[in-house]
Amino acid sequence: MADPSKQITSAVVSVEPVATTTSAGASVAVDTVLRTNDVHVFYDGVPAIKNVSMDIQRNRITALIGPSGCGKSTLLRTFNRMNDLIPSASMTGEVLYHGQDLYDPSVDPVEVRKRIGMVFQKPNPFPKSIYDNVAFGPRVLCMKVDMDEVVERSLRHAVLWDEVKDRLKGSAVGMSGGQQQRLCIARALATNPDVLLMDEPCSALDPIATGRIEDLMVRLRDEYTIVVVTHNMQQATRVSDRTAFLTVEVDEHDQRTGVVVEYDDTAKIFSQPGDPRTEEYVTGRIG
Amino acid sequence: MMSTHETILSPATPPVLGKSRRRVGERLIFAVLVFCALASVLTTVGIVAALLQPTIEFFSEVSPLDFFSAEEWAPFFADPSFGVLPIVVGTLSVTFWAVLIALPLGLCAAIFLSEYASPRVRRVVKPVLEVLEGIPTVAYGFFALTFITPLIRDNWPGFLGDPPGIFSAGAAGIVLGIMIIPTVASISEDAMSAVPGSLREGAYALGATRRTVALRVVVPAALSGIVASFVLGVSRAIGETMVVLIAAGNTPNLTFNPVESIQTMTAFIATSATGDIGVGTLQYKTVFAVGALLFVMTLTMNVVSTWLVRRFREVYE
Amino acid sequence: MSDPDRRRLRTGARNAIRAAGEDSEALALGMRSRAEVWKSTAFLALLLLSVLVALSLLFTLILDAFLDGRSRLNLELLTNFPSGVPENAGLQSAIFGSLWVIGMMILTVVPLGVGAAIYLEEYGEGNRWYKRVIEVNIQNLAAVPSIVFGILGLGMIVRGPLSLGQVAYAGSLTLALLVLPTIILASREALRAVPSSLREASMALGATKWQTIWHHVLPNAIPGIATGAILAVSRAIGETAPLLLVGATVFVTFNPDGPLSEGYTTLPVQIFNWVSRPQDEFRVLAAAGIIVLLVILLVMNSFAIWLRNRYQRHA
Repeated sequence: MADPSKQITSAVVSVEPVATTTSAGASVAVDTVLRTNDVHVFYDGVPAIKNVSMDIQRNRITALIGPSGCGKSTLLRTFNRMNDLIPSASMTGEVLYHGQDLYDPSVDPVEVRKRIGMVFQKPNPFPKSIYDNVAFGPRVLCMKVDMDEVVERSLRHAVLWDEVKDRLKGSAVGMSGGQQQRLCIARALATNPDVLLMDEPCSALDPIATGRIEDLMVRLRDEYTIVVVTHNMQQATRVSDRTAFLTVEVDEHDQRTGVVVEYDDTAKIFSQPGDPRTEEYVTGRIG
Repeated sequence: MMSTHETILSPATPPVLGKSRRRVGERLIFAVLVFCALASVLTTVGIVAALLQPTIEFFSEVSPLDFFSAEEWAPFFADPSFGVLPIVVGTLSVTFWAVLIALPLGLCAAIFLSEYASPRVRRVVKPVLEVLEGIPTVAYGFFALTFITPLIRDNWPGFLGDPPGIFSAGAAGIVLGIMIIPTVASISEDAMSAVPGSLREGAYALGATRRTVALRVVVPAALSGIVASFVLGVSRAIGETMVVLIAAGNTPNLTFNPVESIQTMTAFIATSATGDIGVGTLQYKTVFAVGALLFVMTLTMNVVSTWLVRRFREVYE
Repeated sequence: MSDPDRRRLRTGARNAIRAAGEDSEALALGMRSRAEVWKSTAFLALLLLSVLVALSLLFTLILDAFLDGRSRLNLELLTNFPSGVPENAGLQSAIFGSLWVIGMMILTVVPLGVGAAIYLEEYGEGNRWYKRVIEVNIQNLAAVPSIVFGILGLGMIVRGPLSLGQVAYAGSLTLALLVLPTIILASREALRAVPSSLREASMALGATKWQTIWHHVLPNAIPGIATGAILAVSRAIGETAPLLLVGATVFVTFNPDGPLSEGYTTLPVQIFNWVSRPQDEFRVLAAAGIIVLLVILLVMNSFAIWLRNRYQRHA
């Protein structure tokens, strides 16, 4: 691989979060949308990731990279409580969303997933019409909106409108993989989230479709905060502003646990990594 | 257009997460689903409860020793005798002939389907087996009475002694065997098809023929499933009512002779427990006691089969 | 991998090697020995013969019924009521009785079975003991002889706690409990075949568990559930023994006027009545009744198999 820093076409301007004080008095960075404090996630009591403390900044694309099995997806799924759906999963620590603990017993997981949308590795449109796919979220959430308008707006946002506007009632399953994935993004946007979690959104797509999704991510950055898991380092350098590198630590009991090694501006991670493990990974020596 | 989503999508103030709601509907639905799942447990409890009390009462009037050792079953005679052996033997004798027919034929059919038949043949034969499994038992009873029995009687070789009568344990057993062939064949075939192809290829690569692969590799590897199909077949034969009711006669006879008419436990229950039976009479309790014995027998078989399957299951990764 | 598992794997491998060893001597000669060819051919012939014997016996059954009963296969068979005079006897009350019993059974068992399957597949948490109890229970229930369900119906539904009397719904309920395990097993399989990515997508959009099940899981599982349900219902239509215990009487000359109407008969019970009469005329009637029953079952089974094939292709 060539010097990764050269692949960053547009200069990434990193903006340091500005700490302010909210009216409630708690010190919260306005620019921080999600903050994890010492998060551990366990499957059947065995830790899958540990000691994760990081801030996700607003209107930035944050990439989670690392070798397979390092817990990238597990970490991503803590951000919208998707791990709740796995009976054997449990966690400690806290995840703050605009300063509110996502895992507070009084918080409704449904509300969390409405605000924090998710796009999956394999495009998974419902086997229904394109229209019904996009309208599903607002419908089940009983949002009082003009549904036609929401569907059009979401599809326009996902740069899919012009391709499908004449066949909104057609089945979503007949579309190409790239279109399906953009439909899944449109579907996630329809519930009006401010964060979009993407779990290797391009791994099942060809290079052209991947390029379109990447362009779309950059466009969406203006209005949304995006966290993307990717196994593709070029993708991280192309789209992301911030990058967290995770890896697997093996302890003396042969137990494998994911940890965040380094979290910084993407340019820095790929040009002057602070940790030798990061350097090994980004220069392609391991993983 | 742009202006509307600007205002909606970029909240000026940080969004506040809604409070957790109770969602009464969700809980109600969950309760209904739990009830549905409990219905099957309730059924078992119901069966045990229905059998238990009359059976206990039965044994307070009839000594268990008489029940299990007396050689005459005549519960409704003026001078009743409660020896259950004749109808247990009747059940076992019919089951024996059924198994003798069904196991070899079912197993061979399964080997053929799994190891020899082309996918096209399999695609046709498997659903046919499934349809045949669904033929009502009363039709098998009719077949036994009007086809198999006359066939045997007309072609009876004299040196075997007296030919069977209109009702005989043997004819009922043969038809019962025909009836359970599809069950044995389809479950065994499932087990054999589940044996990984790599194991077959391994043997072929070493120069084995199809026959040796089938008999030495596939059958041993699928043994737990084959045994399960046998046990299920036997258990179906023990529990089957209509064929024996129609074709085996209804005379409790303590004999293993296939040409004689016998009565099975199921046939006894079906003939004695018609709707107008008086609750609390000894007749009523007798039916439940025989039902309890039948239930225990089939349950034991099922538990043994489950254990066998677990014990001998081949694990492939 | 545990030790016994390893041992079994080793046994499997050893069998494979031994199987090959038996033939490899012959192979070393460049061609298979005459005895080996003969043995293989004989084995295949044995297998073919078994399949043919099994299939031909079963087809003989159908053909025999058809030949015996064809003289009575006419409309009057369907429209007449049972009668002591064989020439006038028909199946009308039995057909309506079957319709009531099976119809009410479907309304009872399908929601119950699908509900139980949804609980076990979508809600039950992993390997909790109560879930295992329910599973083992269903498995054992499936192996209980049908006549024992008749006893349950007699002791608990006709008499005892429910005391419905000898009404059509007592038959429906008895048959419902009989086919419940089959419906649960088939529904679970259909639910399991729905890709979990759909569940995740729906939940990630903020749908609740039940909304996810209702809007996505169930609609995609319906073809599979329907296939299993039709097969189970077709078994129930032909079921005779338990109904003899819960009041399906053999001589009913009127149609049931509702689920709680006293006195009913069903197709297989009526056929059983005719089979057990000594006169040949009644045997002919029985054969004709069997043909009617078989045609109904064949149509249902074919539909179920067609549904399954169509569904499998699309999945």
